[in-house]
Amino acid sequence: MDVLKIATAGSVDDGKSTLIGRLLYDTKSLTSDKLEAIEKKSKQLGYDYLDFSLATDGLVAEREQGITIDVAHIYFSTANKSYIIADTPGHVEYTRNMVTGASTSQAAIVLIDARKGVIEQTNRHFFINNLLRIKTVIVAINKMDLVDFSEEKYNQIKSDFEALMSKRDYQDQNITFIPVSALKGDNVVNKSENTPWYTGKTLLDYLENTDQKDVYNTGTPRFPVQYVIRPKTEEFHDFRGYAGKVYGGELSVGDSVFVLPSQTKSKIKDIHFYDKKVQTASRRSSVLITLEDDVNISRGDMIVKENDLPTIDKQFTATISWMDSENLTTGKKYVVQHGVNKVLAKVSTIHHKINPDYSGVDETAETLKMNDIAKVSFKLNKPIFYDAFKTHRTNGSFILIDSQSNHTVGAGFIQ
Amino acid sequence: MTDTDTSKINPLENEAIYIFREVAAQFEKPVLLFSGGKDSITLVRLAQKAFYPAKIPFPLMHIDTGHNFPETIEFRDRLVKELGLELIVRNVQDSIDEGKVKEESGRYASRNQLQTTTLLDAIEEFKFDACIGGARRDEEKARAKERIFSVRDDFGQWDEKNQRPELFDMLNGQIELGQNVRVFPISNWTELDVWSYIQKEQIEIPSIYFAHTRATFLRDGLIWSADDDVVYRDENEEVEERVVRFRTVGDMSCTAAVLSDASDISSVVQEIRDSSISERGARIDDKRSEAAMEKRKQQGYF
Ligand SMILES: Nc1nc2c(ncn2[C@@H]2O[C@H](COP(=O)(O)OP(=O)(O)OP(=O)(O)O)[C@@H](O)[C@H]2O)c(=O)[nH]1
Ligand SMILES: [Mg+2]
Repeated sequence: MDVLKIATAGSVDDGKSTLIGRLLYDTKSLTSDKLEAIEKKSKQLGYDYLDFSLATDGLVAEREQGITIDVAHIYFSTANKSYIIADTPGHVEYTRNMVTGASTSQAAIVLIDARKGVIEQTNRHFFINNLLRIKTVIVAINKMDLVDFSEEKYNQIKSDFEALMSKRDYQDQNITFIPVSALKGDNVVNKSENTPWYTGKTLLDYLENTDQKDVYNTGTPRFPVQYVIRPKTEEFHDFRGYAGKVYGGELSVGDSVFVLPSQTKSKIKDIHFYDKKVQTASRRSSVLITLEDDVNISRGDMIVKENDLPTIDKQFTATISWMDSENLTTGKKYVVQHGVNKVLAKVSTIHHKINPDYSGVDETAETLKMNDIAKVSFKLNKPIFYDAFKTHRTNGSFILIDSQSNHTVGAGFIQ
Repeated sequence: MTDTDTSKINPLENEAIYIFREVAAQFEKPVLLFSGGKDSITLVRLAQKAFYPAKIPFPLMHIDTGHNFPETIEFRDRLVKELGLELIVRNVQDSIDEGKVKEESGRYASRNQLQTTTLLDAIEEFKFDACIGGARRDEEKARAKERIFSVRDDFGQWDEKNQRPELFDMLNGQIELGQNVRVFPISNWTELDVWSYIQKEQIEIPSIYFAHTRATFLRDGLIWSADDDVVYRDENEEVEERVVRFRTVGDMSCTAAVLSDASDISSVVQEIRDSSISERGARIDDKRSEAAMEKRKQQGYF
């Protein structure tokens, strides 16, 4: 069955958690005990409606403050698809969590409060979804019940948003607009009678009809070696297999390949998936590959098609999203984890900070604070094999690790 | 061999295999925490797939509360033998005897909480740096916040407000000496995903997951196994034979049964599909308070 991963975005209180709760409720995915708990708690808080955000705000602090702090993953399924929704926090302070939620998603729902329209945070979240090249974006104009389901309001917000779209870098994004009330359920799962002027699909209907090709950008096949398998048993005496996941495209038995960094040429001998042999390993499958020749390969090496080499270099420039309370400065050293490969990196230049509300760049920036987005160049102690993020989402992204705290302190998208 | 390619892949299975391989590559002493329940049995199958034709490169460990269903223990021992795996068992009873923890008493007495001490001691004893578990985010809303690689400090504690971001599928397993990482390869699976997988892969599971006749009694609207040595029972709580099965297998003292005549895997899968109550609805340990799970996790519980 298809799995669709979706991230939500939108400012504080725009109704992200409520929308997800509503999706669960209207698809009958909330079990009776969970529903009872929500009813009880809503009553206890003195509400005359069901507060569906209680279904997803799992931490005590979140329920106390009525806001989402950390990403929660919520699951539901219909007859034809499984959905994983990342409920991300809307607060500016937690922008990094939003980047995180969006990084694992193939589609995004950007919420806008119909009373407030397009605000700074909308710009920022749309910018991030665009930066991360999320292919399908649904703009849910929420709280329509509070603006009398006004078509005029809806059209105004839509055209404000379209103005934003013209500024985006990644144009190949499918964007659609839906007027909803997360609280009351209009156009979430069930078509609303309050918006006769809206002829489009409900949110769920739209999601149900998105296809794999609507959410995945295709690239060229890359096979980073995760782990070398040598059973050393009698049956598999000389067996030497390379375990990993295929990204971007597919690999088949007989393909002529290059092994990086040694640039040794070989051919794919067999592809195993557990105890079966297959002819072709498709994108995103975790397989085991053997080669015709005896090549010395270890974790972090990469198998690619012969005429399809990535860039092999000891430096790169990237857009990064900084996530740590300690600032990033020029000259500082970090560990770059690029897929399963780790190298040491030094910040060589901070070119500029990018204002994520499309208001331009700040060329004077010398350090980066938490939640900043910037264009930065790095020097590495060893070459890595990368593609531009634009052409390869997996092989063009990396994380930064602080070697003192071991924390993941940033995410980057290579140019 | 019938498949010519992997295009009909199960994305969840492939993700789990990827995670297992990351654990083997990034850590020196991983261990798979094995409870004998369906989730940990599923983990074992996924680990086999991740490393085949080599053996699973780490041991299994069971923290035995002494209150397990005997069927689970028999099953555990058989599985380990058949697959030629290494099994470590550490007993909560020993922690009690050594005076490290105190047995609860009364109506809701359970050894579920006590497991934490035994687990943390075992992690220290063997210097495990990664503990693989079968927790899923859909089980409970505090678990929905959990990372796939979740760092625990020297005291085994979970700092829920300071979790490492997990981007794309890059897993950062860098830790300091004394810390360890809890790893959840089936984080993104739902209960139905697990059952469907068990069905498709024809994985054997303990008999208590299927309908059987059992001496039981009712309390708080839930059905309890009448094993007086382990589960506290008032005199007025009458024992009756019922046809039941278990949806989740924890301790006898904290796992309730459900009325069911689902006697094979396909009827179990059907029952889960139709069911309107969540799996954790039958876990008394979560009902203690709304934030029960979050609190236990902070203290180092799985
Ligand atoms: N009237 C009305 N109220 C809504 C609607 N959607 C959400 N709300 C209310 O708006 C408030 C905030 O909703 P949440 O779902 O917690 O907002 P959020 O976007 O998840 O907020 P953060 O996670 O903190 O960023 C709650 O009181 C909701 O009941 C809607 O469609 N109509
Ligand atoms: Mg929220």
